[in-house]
Amino acid sequence: MDRKQLQHQLAYMRKSLFDQGYLDDQFNQLEDLQDEANPNFVEEVVTLFYSDSARFIQNIEQAMIKKPNIDFGKLDDYMHQFKGSSSSFGAKKVKKECSQFRECCSAGNIEGCIKTFQQLKQEHATLRRKLETYFQV
Amino acid sequence: MENGFSSPRNDSFPAGLRVLVVDDDPTWLKILEKMLKKCSYEVTTCGLARDALNLLRERKVMSVDGETSRVMKGVQHGACDYLLKPIRMKELRNIWQHVFRKKIHEVRDIEILEGIESFQMTRNGSDQYEDGHFLCGEDLTSIKKRKDIESKHDEKDIGDNTSTKKARVVWSVELHQKFVKAVNQIGFDIPYSSLKRLSSMQKYRLYLSRLQKGNDFNNPVGMIKQSDSPLSDSVGSFGSQNSINLQPTDVSNGCYGFSGSSLVLHNVDPRSHDGDKKILVTTPVAEPKRGLTVDAPNPRKPRISQMECGHPLAPPRSEVNFATFDSSLTTKYPWCGIPEIRLKQEHNPLHFNDGFSHLPMPGQKQLTRADYRQPAPAISSAPSLTEREIGCPVKIKPSRNDYGSNASHVSSTASAVDSIPLQTKTNSTNHQVSSTSSMENQGLNMNCLTDVESSRKNINLGMPPLATLDEGLQVCFVPGDYYMNLGLQNIEFPEYFDPSLLTDVPIHLNDGLSCCKLKSDLRTSHSDALTGMALCPFYAHSA
Repeated sequence: MDRKQLQHQLAYMRKSLFDQGYLDDQFNQLEDLQDEANPNFVEEVVTLFYSDSARFIQNIEQAMIKKPNIDFGKLDDYMHQFKGSSSSFGAKKVKKECSQFRECCSAGNIEGCIKTFQQLKQEHATLRRKLETYFQV
Repeated sequence: MENGFSSPRNDSFPAGLRVLVVDDDPTWLKILEKMLKKCSYEVTTCGLARDALNLLRERKVMSVDGETSRVMKGVQHGACDYLLKPIRMKELRNIWQHVFRKKIHEVRDIEILEGIESFQMTRNGSDQYEDGHFLCGEDLTSIKKRKDIESKHDEKDIGDNTSTKKARVVWSVELHQKFVKAVNQIGFDIPYSSLKRLSSMQKYRLYLSRLQKGNDFNNPVGMIKQSDSPLSDSVGSFGSQNSINLQPTDVSNGCYGFSGSSLVLHNVDPRSHDGDKKILVTTPVAEPKRGLTVDAPNPRKPRISQMECGHPLAPPRSEVNFATFDSSLTTKYPWCGIPEIRLKQEHNPLHFNDGFSHLPMPGQKQLTRADYRQPAPAISSAPSLTEREIGCPVKIKPSRNDYGSNASHVSSTASAVDSIPLQTKTNSTNHQVSSTSSMENQGLNMNCLTDVESSRKNINLGMPPLATLDEGLQVCFVPGDYYMNLGLQNIEFPEYFDPSLLTDVPIHLNDGLSCCKLKSDLRTSHSDALTGMALCPFYAHSA
């Protein structure tokens, strides 16, 4: 593909990511930070996030299966961290799921927590795929 | 939770502003680092909050969801701003303003102090003091009260309030003794009303009230205003003495915040009046600027050195020790309001003069400062405060070690003399007058608040809260010797103040007269390299 086409594709992908609500303005901010010194800044950030988030997910899962009593406070804390992390690069949908999860936590809704968490993982993975593709361009 | 703090490295804002970013999230660390670098700040990242906390006193706190409780906690701990994640560039660009603002205040305070000092100097006509006096308005630093006074600092600071550096005693021992005698003669039932009328006292009161407003701390007192009553007459001395203990928090950098308010003592009438009482000495309290740390490493507060005449102030941070004064004391001593500003390095417990033995020293540890006599050592870590020892009416403790020469303690009463008519004791007043004048000569800007009322109020305020004072502001009147450290961030008040006297200590942060500002935060952060700039109004001015 020639350069122009690549650029086109990139722009298109980017736009769709935004339109579909996967990313928000924070992503723009990060892209603004990108410069010649750090041409792949955004990509680096996202990579960092994903390597870190694996840890989050693991923690949360472990906390959730803890029976008999699930420590909602702890879950909430984890999710808080996760939410912050995902907001760092504008992962809009992921962030939304985090908020929802936290709501379930505060309500003590285990079922809701589990369900939300599944959704969250899904969003998390989807976004990753999309961004990977995006960065490859 | 992320923390970030800034400390300007140089004068040119905002570029070069040093920022410390702490976050447990590596993703955010990376992003913030980049963002801040784009703002031309100098960034340091830290992944361990604990380490960062050790160094910082103030920080910017960001929270993802902006929960009020989290925000409050941050603010309580000295955050000057709270940013919600995700952080925007424009928000970051503005953080330098906090630092700048602080600096401006600091400069302003210094200017005020200098102005006062020069005024004082001119009046020193027949100066009894030769050199040894320190006093300088320069050291008056406005201490902004810190909203958040960390308890840990408190404990630490309270214990050791030794002012490392004390200004040389202005008063000669002889004078002091005379003064003490005079004061004793006066007794405690000196009407304050006359004092109140004193314009200077009024001014002081005004200042105090202003201070008080600005103070968040619950114990506004610090002022030893109690001198109201007792002071009214002979003493007239310091209306309020505040000892501000500032903990040198600045580890790497000099100053860190102690948020103490410097208590400004008004000199009711600096000029030696004709045989009346005179005045007061304004004690410019150098407040360690909380944000001094912002100023980057200030190993020593230049300010302080200025303050101290002849005493090089070593400690960069000034500790303001507030001695909580004992309410009962106040009643006893008319001149309770002697603020002692001391740097506290390692605090030497203040010892009250024997004369004050009767003064029940409140349990507050903070008060111990009252008898700190060793001015010099304290300075090392804390900004050296020029100390002016004010002879306690009761007795002057010669222990002022650092007074090079004569540590004449000028009893607070003496200093307070000023406008307070010491009619009761003519003889003593004379002494006082002389002593006060000598004090003045020193250039010590200690204005004793002759405003008995206000002092009384202050004392009252101070007392009760003193006990509970978690913040550093403690006013302790040293019944015995009190040191007025000009420019010292530590102002110590003898503890013998009668709490009843203090109804509300008006602590004025900044009085035109550069009164000593009562530092609300007694224990100014200890060893905080960066004081950052939090909203906290107190900051030590490290010049």
